[in-house]
Amino acid sequence: MNEHIKQGSLQESSLTISRRSFMQGAGGLTFAFALSGTLLGRASDAFAAEGAKLNAWVTIGTDDTVTILCPTSEMGQGVLTALPMILAEELDADWSKVKQEFAPGDPKLYGGAHKMFPGAQVTLASVSVPAYWIPLRLAGAQARRVLIDNVAGEWKVPAGELTTDKSKVIHAKSKRSISYGDVAKFAKVPAELPTIAESDLKKRADFKLIGRNDIGRVDVPSKVNGTAKYGIDVQVPGMVYASLLHAPMDGAKAESVNTDEVMKIKGVTRVIPLPFGVAVIGDTVEATRLGRFALKVKWDNSASKAAPFDSEKAFAEYARKAKDPAAEVKEAFKTGEAEKALAGAKRILAATYSSEHTYHAQMEPMNAVAKVADDGQSVELWVGTQVQPLAAAVVAGALKITPDKVKINLQLLGGGFGRRIWPDAPVQAAVLSNILKKPVKLMLTREDDIAAARPRPMTYHSLQAGLDETGNLVGWHHRLVAENVDAVAAPPRFQATGGRDYIGWVGMNQDFYDIPNFKADAIREQRGMRVHAWRGIGAGYNKFVTESFLDEIVAAKGADPVAMRLELTTNHPRAQAVIKAVAEMSDFKKKRPGRGMGIAFSDYHDTLTAGVAEVSVDKATGKIKVHNYWIAIDGGLIIQPDNVNAQLESAIVYALSGALTEELTMKDGAVQQSNFNDYHVMRMSDIPPIHMKVIVTDNPPTGMGEVGIPCVAPAIGNAVAQLTGKRVRHLPMSAERVKKALG
Amino acid sequence: MPVGFTINGKTASVDVDNDTPLLWVVREHLKLTGTKFGCGSGLCGACTVHVDGKAVRSCQTTMGAVAGKAVTTIEGLSPTSSHPLQKAWVAEQVPQCGYCQSGQIMQAAELLAKNKKPTRDQIVAHMDGNICRCGTYPRIVRAIERAARGA
Repeated sequence: MNEHIKQGSLQESSLTISRRSFMQGAGGLTFAFALSGTLLGRASDAFAAEGAKLNAWVTIGTDDTVTILCPTSEMGQGVLTALPMILAEELDADWSKVKQEFAPGDPKLYGGAHKMFPGAQVTLASVSVPAYWIPLRLAGAQARRVLIDNVAGEWKVPAGELTTDKSKVIHAKSKRSISYGDVAKFAKVPAELPTIAESDLKKRADFKLIGRNDIGRVDVPSKVNGTAKYGIDVQVPGMVYASLLHAPMDGAKAESVNTDEVMKIKGVTRVIPLPFGVAVIGDTVEATRLGRFALKVKWDNSASKAAPFDSEKAFAEYARKAKDPAAEVKEAFKTGEAEKALAGAKRILAATYSSEHTYHAQMEPMNAVAKVADDGQSVELWVGTQVQPLAAAVVAGALKITPDKVKINLQLLGGGFGRRIWPDAPVQAAVLSNILKKPVKLMLTREDDIAAARPRPMTYHSLQAGLDETGNLVGWHHRLVAENVDAVAAPPRFQATGGRDYIGWVGMNQDFYDIPNFKADAIREQRGMRVHAWRGIGAGYNKFVTESFLDEIVAAKGADPVAMRLELTTNHPRAQAVIKAVAEMSDFKKKRPGRGMGIAFSDYHDTLTAGVAEVSVDKATGKIKVHNYWIAIDGGLIIQPDNVNAQLESAIVYALSGALTEELTMKDGAVQQSNFNDYHVMRMSDIPPIHMKVIVTDNPPTGMGEVGIPCVAPAIGNAVAQLTGKRVRHLPMSAERVKKALG
Repeated sequence: MPVGFTINGKTASVDVDNDTPLLWVVREHLKLTGTKFGCGSGLCGACTVHVDGKAVRSCQTTMGAVAGKAVTTIEGLSPTSSHPLQKAWVAEQVPQCGYCQSGQIMQAAELLAKNKKPTRDQIVAHMDGNICRCGTYPRIVRAIERAARGA
């Protein structure tokens, strides 16, 4: 048992290290990486043989191959196509000659420029395209300038007379042209790279690649013939397999393990109790799985904060907390004087809402391959992760080495949705490899993937609205009671902001509704749940709450839900445009016998969306059926139009699941669900026709991966209320709950 | 006692217990990793392969049951990735994360092999056991319809 890691030590060191890593990232908002002379010094030594590495992002081979690095992870959202395409556009590269490769985790070189995560290299919050939109265009334009300058020198013509197209530099006057590959044969990359300003970049009308519908995603062909490689597909020489009975909660300790019995299974070589669970090591995956399911472990949960947690009881406790005058309340968002306005209002409306924990249910269960060096001082990992630098930092913390000693071979992700931000699997694999001094392939069973869930938090909401004599909405107060996700998933930011929960609070703000006196505040629960970012983060439940409550106000006033939203967005024409568009495309006012229609609006991460759901309800069972869903969206400029449609469809299906069936419940601190038989996600027969309208504008591109999420649940809830007169105020709107609401 | 069978047209023999799931033999022993592990309980369809032309969940199919039979995985569906469904999957840009898609294609291939012109309802009924968490269902339906049209 000398291998037994001290309880708790893993997590403490992880948090310290990850904080440092994030703070470094936060300091580095700069495009210097693309303009760095030292880099070029290194690159120019090598290019003669291999081609020219024009800056950190792009290398041009003498065979005309243009290799462009993609800084973020591919999890189905299309970045491996979109980000290289943005650079290729300014470079005027021949897309058929472009090779896309993942960049290593190195925020100094490959960090993005998103206002929320300056300098960080992260695949989350739908920020990849907005974070790299300008940096990659600058890098592409810079590489193009280097090529042009070289040709100008060689041909002794003014650079201004040269143009580019499809990986060729062209001199129209002398009718000469030369391919980029041929330029790379003689090109010299200057010690100081040319400076490019945003004003030097192409105008939308000049785009040749961006916005085209006939360019497919580059990863698609490999995903129809089995050649796409995910973390779970990796094998390395000499590796052993590991399965894991995951600890039911943080702080749980294996008190007794039937090791002798499990060791009798053919192919099982070790049983190792660790802070995160009991690992079964073996020669084959089938042996370790048999061993895992044969384990009988008695857990001592006495040191676990989560142990007393019970979802049903906790809702009652959260509700009491919302009204507790002694509770510490943090102000989240504020305009005007909400309290005063509510006190002076002619009429007050009030309601409470709530939502369950939800599980990511990414199709590829958590896994990693780790190979720790014999001296324990370095490690190589093969894993699909959303944040390479975070994985490196946390693994380094666990092994008590520095992050530069962690080499990550990034693989495709079989679904992320936020789950693969947290690098628990690579840490677990690295710890096991360090103990065994062998490469280890760790694969969680689906049952353990659920037990190890890092769910969207359970939430409770209390709302009040005040109307004046003429029915105008003059005051709004939204109080949220929940665990804080930033505290668990982004502790550095949580501390830096004095305890603001960005992830959990987003969506309570209503920046596009002009409500004169507005207040959103929050009370923090600390129950030891491993809460985390789940596609759409706080907007998933907060928009359900605010857009449902808005329709309660509409109903109380006898107003029209579309007109009310247009009135609140009078000063925001882009918001009005999506609301009008979705009302028109769904023919919102048309009566449909036995059907209800509901609308919702969202401004999540600056992408404006409005959704409409058409539903019916089976009164006997309470089951909601969604017959049609419409969405109108303005996300600015579009890189890959077909992929935007795909992302919208995807998020809408994900949100339908969250709205109707998904609930991860806890009893005595442990997850109660075990597999897809009791954690229900949408299947093909559940999906309505989805109708989309994408309004393309010249505004900078905003995120696309999540924006389909927020409107779905409130649009459904509003449609159910319109049809039945009953309001369901708890997510998911399961058949049981709807039936109860119908009475 | 080695178990003999054919895989993608080639004979194979693996030395595993009869109750070993076919999935792990395909993925880890034969390194045909296109077939995926999703749930281990026959609930998601990610591990779908064909045994003698019938779509089965390889996580629920033991080696004892495939002895002497012909197993086809996504790698063997077409040597050149040109099965009508594979072409339709690309044309409709179906995959996102892509993890479930081998199973989806193998499940769909069984349908088209026995019903060349399935209705939309028949497609949905046949495919309902295959989960796609990226929600590519609308595109899967379109791709199957496209393949059935011969487009």
